[in-house]
Amino acid sequence: MLDIQELEINMGPQHPATHGVLRIILKLDGEKIVGARPVIGYLHRGTEKIFESQTYSGNVPHTDRLDYTAAATSNHAYCGAVEKLLGIEVPRRARVVRVILDELQRIASHLIWLGTHALDIGAMTPFFYNFREREYILDLFEEFCGARLTLHCMKVGGVYDDLPPGWIEKLQRFIEVFDKAVWDYEDLLTGNRIWKQRTIGVGVISPEEAIDWGLTGPPLRGSGVKWDVRRALPYEIYPELEFDIPVGRNGDTYDRYLVRMEEMRQSSRILKQCIQKLEPGDVVAKGVRVLRPKPAEVYFSVEAPKGELGYHILSDGTDKPHRVKVRPPCFVNLQVLPALVKGHLVADVVAVIGTLDIVLGEIDR
Amino acid sequence: MSPELLSWMSPELLNWVVIPAVKTAVILAIVLTIVAYATLLERKVLAYIQARVGPNRAGPKAILQPLADGFKLMSKEDLVPDGAMRFLHLLAPILIMVPALAIFAFIPMGDTTTLFGLLEEPVPIFVADLNVAVLFVIGFAGLGLYGVVLGGWASNSKYSLLGALRSAAQIVSYEVPQALALIGVLVLAGSMSLVRIVEAQREMGVWFAFPGFLAFFIYFVCGVAETNRNPFDLPECESELVNGYFTEYSGVKFALFYMAEYANILVVSCLSTILFLGGWLPPFPSLAVWQHLPSLPLFWFLAKVFVFIFFYIWVRATFPRYRFDQLMGLMWKWMLPLALANLILLALVKLWLLK
Amino acid sequence: MSQNPPAGNPPAPAAVKKPGQPEWQDAAANPRAAALKAAFGGRVLDAKTYAGELTVWVEGAAVAEICARLKAEGYTYLVDIAGIHQPKVADKPFALSYLLHHWDTNGRLRLKVEFADGVEVPTVTGVWKTANWMEREAWDLLGIRFAGHPDLERILTWEGFNGHPLRKEFPIEGIDTGAAIYPDTYPEGGGPVKPKETPHA
Repeated sequence: MLDIQELEINMGPQHPATHGVLRIILKLDGEKIVGARPVIGYLHRGTEKIFESQTYSGNVPHTDRLDYTAAATSNHAYCGAVEKLLGIEVPRRARVVRVILDELQRIASHLIWLGTHALDIGAMTPFFYNFREREYILDLFEEFCGARLTLHCMKVGGVYDDLPPGWIEKLQRFIEVFDKAVWDYEDLLTGNRIWKQRTIGVGVISPEEAIDWGLTGPPLRGSGVKWDVRRALPYEIYPELEFDIPVGRNGDTYDRYLVRMEEMRQSSRILKQCIQKLEPGDVVAKGVRVLRPKPAEVYFSVEAPKGELGYHILSDGTDKPHRVKVRPPCFVNLQVLPALVKGHLVADVVAVIGTLDIVLGEIDR
Repeated sequence: MSPELLSWMSPELLNWVVIPAVKTAVILAIVLTIVAYATLLERKVLAYIQARVGPNRAGPKAILQPLADGFKLMSKEDLVPDGAMRFLHLLAPILIMVPALAIFAFIPMGDTTTLFGLLEEPVPIFVADLNVAVLFVIGFAGLGLYGVVLGGWASNSKYSLLGALRSAAQIVSYEVPQALALIGVLVLAGSMSLVRIVEAQREMGVWFAFPGFLAFFIYFVCGVAETNRNPFDLPECESELVNGYFTEYSGVKFALFYMAEYANILVVSCLSTILFLGGWLPPFPSLAVWQHLPSLPLFWFLAKVFVFIFFYIWVRATFPRYRFDQLMGLMWKWMLPLALANLILLALVKLWLLK
Repeated sequence: MSQNPPAGNPPAPAAVKKPGQPEWQDAAANPRAAALKAAFGGRVLDAKTYAGELTVWVEGAAVAEICARLKAEGYTYLVDIAGIHQPKVADKPFALSYLLHHWDTNGRLRLKVEFADGVEVPTVTGVWKTANWMEREAWDLLGIRFAGHPDLERILTWEGFNGHPLRKEFPIEGIDTGAAIYPDTYPEGGGPVKPKETPHA
């Protein structure tokens, strides 16, 4: 053992910090990382194959299981793609409800990210504070659609049902609580010397590299690229909403952390505007029954909490899609990991995994 | 207990074997109970800090939780990984537990007691008052490293090995400033006996934490590193090395590692109390008011110890973890110069102010 | 579905605008497509739009070259590569859809390549780093080979997996992978899954 120059260790697939079943083969020189190779696929369930054997509407529940921490945006991207394919107009109220669900989901997903990211770096307490607020969101989801995690809350043409009575008041109460809670998280971490030492200068990526690697979402914005699908390729009612796209400066882990923290505040700002914009009306498009589109090919993407989530659908004239290709943001973002950790220490690997905010359900599909 | 009852024993036997043995048993019982309940305290305090409830099922107020934990761990299968060195694998948890407990032989929890008048002659509440106790304590605390390194080495696991390596890197970083901080105290007290150090604080009428606040701070920080706790829990940090050097341990051996961690917290808390907070003395021992009150040495001692343990838990709940190069940087670049400066400062204090 | 409004409410459809499926439209006049056509001539086969998305069919052998040129023109972000199996198209049963994004205009462009089984498509990993895993995925799930790919290995299934799951002939029940967990369902030596004997029949 003494003669070994490079130590090769298997980080995962069972490891507390790999957020599921990610496996990384690390080549170490002491604790310094010489090489890293992510090995994925441990959660591959053949979702894209299943998509081909179900009807267009029957596929929506499967989209929940991809990014299981952000089921609403997954539903949204798939339904949006089918609507684009068929030219279905979604009623205005459904659009507002979808944006509300998306932004709640974004907050919930970012809360999981923050909790696990901080836990990986050794700060235990934010995790529990985050889950306390996330619980509110899950309660709201539960009241809306009956599910807490795998929501299945949207359907092709709109959403399943109107908001239950009293839901908006609860949402308003949540926003009040949440606006204060974000500062609690920031108090624990943002100015903390150890947190800064662990994150500043770790996993740096330049804007050009980030674009070349296809990064989207907070990892891209952390490098200072002001790009967000909600603004670049607007959908639903986002063009009417006022919100800022936070960007970082140095492209390191700390900047990505700040970007996500600000995004949570912006989401809460969007939620407040959406409540104002809710008008009575239908929540599902009329005449959407059996979906049997003529042969065509479309791509539709939304800004999921992790980045650009797109669905690429090919129809062949039957009631089942010919091919559904998911463009999962985590899959693309994870690819950059070896470049980010090279030359750093083992401890930085977990920081970088955390800052990329991956969900294996979406990567492995 | 009357002297007649023990009269069949020769005074040598009584003084050198029986009384120390009884004291050892009593102190071990106390220490192990405190260690067991420190785990419960940690879980409860952490839970309250983190807005949750914590254990609340085993008995009223979870009072039986440590017992339940113990039974659970003892009933678990003792796994030894394939290719591990079985003897060293067994030796490691013992090597880490024994020094942690052995230190308590030198720790005076009070000066003397008559057990509420049961004994005719007051008996000191410590097993041994060694005149080089501080050296012994530092040495025994360093021995614990062998348990960590051997455990990591013998497990035949790369994560354990990395944990052991980090532990070795850590100990060379924190031991130097820690020892230098202690030397400051020795300068103030003029003795290496822990009992004498407390007596010196009584004579000066001030806890050493006040003149030696820098030493106190350094010792506290290094104590966190010595006990492998957040933010210096690098050798066992869960999110990177699974569990570091004791990844491959289960059952009773795991329980030993786990208890050793709390025993070490207790050691460091006791030592901080003795060296800096006046041991069993009340606050500001020179105040006249203490003459009229019962002295309650054990109460003061344990109260201070628990304040320390609480601090450790609080620190764990608040901070993220250092990276191991950052820990070494902190210890060598900041703590070591600080400890040296502190040593000079305390020497001057001793020379001019306290003489 | 637009063609069959629900029978239950006859007077309503007049008020609601019928959701109609968009049609494919020829896009030879589209400036982007025309520029590509001018630059690459016969290697650009066709251009159409559907629902506002421009698709340009190009020759498989030219895709890396065209991509490199498009990247230089500002399509610096490769959104996705989708592999497609279309067994009904007899001579070209495989296709790849490259979706490109232009940073300045936020415009998107789809390059479509169709080719026969066993044909190697030149890799675009030299153009965009992000193409690496996307091409590996297309190889893994569809068996499309990329010429010049630095690390063309299976990514979602394991090394040594027999088959490419997203091909249409691959059974959705799965195949015997050699891990005989349920020997009564998965026959020895591979092959499709035996129909399950229902014990309660």
